[in-house]
Amino acid sequence: MSTVLTIGSGKGGVGKTTAVANLAVALAAAGEKVVCIDGDIGLRNLDVIMGLENRIVYDLVDVVEGRCRLRQAMIRDKHLPELYLIPAAQTRDKSAVSPSDMVRLCDELRGEYDWILIDSPAGIERGFKNAIAPADRVVVVTNPEVSAVRDADRVIGILEAEEKDTPSLVINRLNPAMVKRHDMLSADDVVDLLAVKVIGIVPEDDDVIVAANRGTPVALDPKSRAGQAFRNIAQRLKGVDVPFMALDDQGNLWQRLFAGRK
Amino acid sequence: MSASPLTLKIKGLRDSLLVTLPDGRWEELRGLLLNQIQERESFFRGARLALDVGPQALHVSDVSELRDALSEQGVALWAVLSDSPSTEKTAQLLGLATRLARPTPEVPRAPLETVEADKALWVDKTLRSGMRVEYPGHIVVLGDVNPGAEIVAGGSVIVWGRLRGMVHAGAEGNAAASVCALDLSPQQLRIAGEIALAPKQRKTPVPEIVRLKDGQLVAEPWHPDKH
Ligand SMILES: Nc1ncnc2c1ncn2[C@@H]1O[C@H](COP(=O)(O)OP(=O)(O)OP(=O)(O)O)[C@@H](O)[C@H]1O
Ligand SMILES: [Mg+2]
Repeated sequence: MSTVLTIGSGKGGVGKTTAVANLAVALAAAGEKVVCIDGDIGLRNLDVIMGLENRIVYDLVDVVEGRCRLRQAMIRDKHLPELYLIPAAQTRDKSAVSPSDMVRLCDELRGEYDWILIDSPAGIERGFKNAIAPADRVVVVTNPEVSAVRDADRVIGILEAEEKDTPSLVINRLNPAMVKRHDMLSADDVVDLLAVKVIGIVPEDDDVIVAANRGTPVALDPKSRAGQAFRNIAQRLKGVDVPFMALDDQGNLWQRLFAGRK
Repeated sequence: MSASPLTLKIKGLRDSLLVTLPDGRWEELRGLLLNQIQERESFFRGARLALDVGPQALHVSDVSELRDALSEQGVALWAVLSDSPSTEKTAQLLGLATRLARPTPEVPRAPLETVEADKALWVDKTLRSGMRVEYPGHIVVLGDVNPGAEIVAGGSVIVWGRLRGMVHAGAEGNAAASVCALDLSPQQLRIAGEIALAPKQRKTPVPEIVRLKDGQLVAEPWHPDKH
């Protein structure tokens, strides 16, 4: 049974692409067969974060417009043999693909792969509608920040109106020290407002940015806390009940950092 | 030609009709549709129509021609649904919808004349950011009203939940309207022409009611014996 999982957010820059790349490698490293589709046409960057940029020959729009077969557009990952990427077109706009194109494409992949992960563009327009059309499940990513939460709320409302199952939530870039000082919304504040199930809380972690630049998602780094958080989410997606990392552990993070400095 | 009679499936949507065409040749189906509409003139007249054409691949001329023929019969085509991407594109080119967007929230914007001001609209779900409910009578929400959501009522507003969005009661100028909520912390609250901005958030919220007294918005905790 395959699951088409779309990652959306409303607000831009909250970490959708980061989440797709990391969940993809975490699932694939856990033995699942995974394809990710970059649905952010015109602004592709999933390929960069996954370090596959220079292997692109064909893209999503080539498939939709019949210039190549689906297999030809699927790029195999460098590290994981059961992980593939279908990149977005750089030079086209979102109207090149329709919701029904996405449904057909995913139907072709269903059965052969366990997970089809779709990275959606920011906003709630055409590109977002394309990305959610084939989705069995949706994960909404937000930051602990008023405007991001507001947009997540909006997206959840749209998904409800589209009669999709209630999405689950990833709270990304949580900084426990700031929460402690009441300078940042806590995970509880966010959940209190959105009233959906949280499937993961990912701490703010510089490793994420370093890893993105290297093209090796942080979930592949056993020492990274954000990586651990993404691996936990992947387990929860598979239905495994993984306890949430204690926020107070963050104290240990600082200790670790300082310990490392000596 | 097949002997079995072709039939249309007709379904009532909130404010329009969804007609699903069976498989068949386009010319035939088109004739069938127009015939049915002519036969059941009183049923279709004035209707807004969404047409599900299944896998039919239609050209711009097909759809625009049908739209004209329908409008001659008093039927407005507003959406064409299809499994065919080229038909979808065609419909989009003509400015037609290609999905049945379920408007959020599923609350009709009732025309003023048909609703008496003392009727109430029942909304049994949380209103999320970007949703707006407008009604000439009262509005009752069983759920929260989140920041970024809006309620506009001709009469009063009751929120059985947390009111954290924008609310306007007595929007037509009714100064006797009130707003109450289990947790009253709206971004903005208006009754008739008076506006109050977000009050401070309380630690332990109590149910409150806001009314207009001597031209001022006054919020009071709800005491069962006092009202
Ligand atoms: N947990 C994290 N800690 C630190 N930095 C992060 C974290 N998550 C994401 N980032 C950084 O935030 C930036 C935006 O992330 P990303 O590109 O994944 O967002 P997005 O939602 O896909 O953006 P867009 O809406 O533009 O597609 C990137 O530079 C990324 O490295
Ligand atoms: Mg992105």
